[in-house]
Amino acid sequence: MKLKTKDGGWNPYFAGALVGILAIASVYATTMLMGKTNYIGASTTFVRAVGFVEQVFASERVAQNAYFAATKIKVDWQFMLVIGIFLGALVSSLTDKSFKLEKVPPIWQERFGSSVTKRAVGAFLGGIVAMIGARLADGCPSGHGLSGVMQLSVSSFVALGLFFVSGVVVAALVYKRRAS
Amino acid sequence: MSIDQILGLITGIVFGFLLQKGRVIRFEKQVGALLIKDMTIFKFMLSAIMVGMVGIYILFDMGIITLSHKPMNVGAVVIGGILFGFGWAVMGFCPGTSSAALGEGRVHAVFAILGMLVGAAIFAELYPFLSSTVMAWKDFGKIGLQDAIGITHWVIIPIFWAAVIGLFFLFEKKGL
Repeated sequence: MKLKTKDGGWNPYFAGALVGILAIASVYATTMLMGKTNYIGASTTFVRAVGFVEQVFASERVAQNAYFAATKIKVDWQFMLVIGIFLGALVSSLTDKSFKLEKVPPIWQERFGSSVTKRAVGAFLGGIVAMIGARLADGCPSGHGLSGVMQLSVSSFVALGLFFVSGVVVAALVYKRRAS
Repeated sequence: MSIDQILGLITGIVFGFLLQKGRVIRFEKQVGALLIKDMTIFKFMLSAIMVGMVGIYILFDMGIITLSHKPMNVGAVVIGGILFGFGWAVMGFCPGTSSAALGEGRVHAVFAILGMLVGAAIFAELYPFLSSTVMAWKDFGKIGLQDAIGITHWVIIPIFWAAVIGLFFLFEKKGL
């Protein structure tokens, strides 16, 4: 088994196993230093981030909203985690020269052409639907997929299975051209 | 910064670094898995889970950490799961990986992030309605597989390992 992949990355089994160690270290460190076990996740941060934005022009509405009240709008552990993810990927890609400015990814371009606008609209609308789904299911591939399945949570097995099955069906409909 | 924030930032930097090294955050890998052409993201994710679950349950059995199951709320998880998959396929990123994808220069992730922020705002508006309908159907609560089937986690974990290793051999055999 090769340690480096063709695109210069690390073997995914190896890099993944290191994330497993990080997850263990993280639950231990958060329990010890914060007094409460925290599990890696990402999607709640989007609620908090948009809560900050809405507070600027509709603070009353935010204050009255039950979901914002339950989520608590603050820059917490997970918020900084998501910022850290950005920084970590930036450092890694700059140092191994895999950083690449990309406006339209190849698979998308093959199907929908090189229009940046089309890709922007697709990413935007996909983002809306995905986030509504993630908040309803109470997790994304990080919170349910990684952290939840690690804990053997029933809801996480169901959620991850549905993420995948639904994603496979929709990807086939969206990206596979019908043979004409 | 508080200790919480510093800890989150450091954990995030290491996580983002490893996600990028594993080459799992870009659109081609995310959609490649959904098109069943390139299973890199599942090799990465399932390896992390295999290692993580052992350490987490050791720490749990020692009484050091607590578990935090998300509720098995049937309507919410099923409808939410399907919606997420729908959006994931079109967007080509996950919430966590979108921030990493931006870090490695995939600027179109900005639109995905904006969409997810709008989605979060819409969800907050819909929350009163959803919590009295979809989310009120049937909730089995915060349960683990060991509670659901009544077998200790130290039997479930080896079975999980065996199943995943079998899957890995399949991926490698098929060149995925």
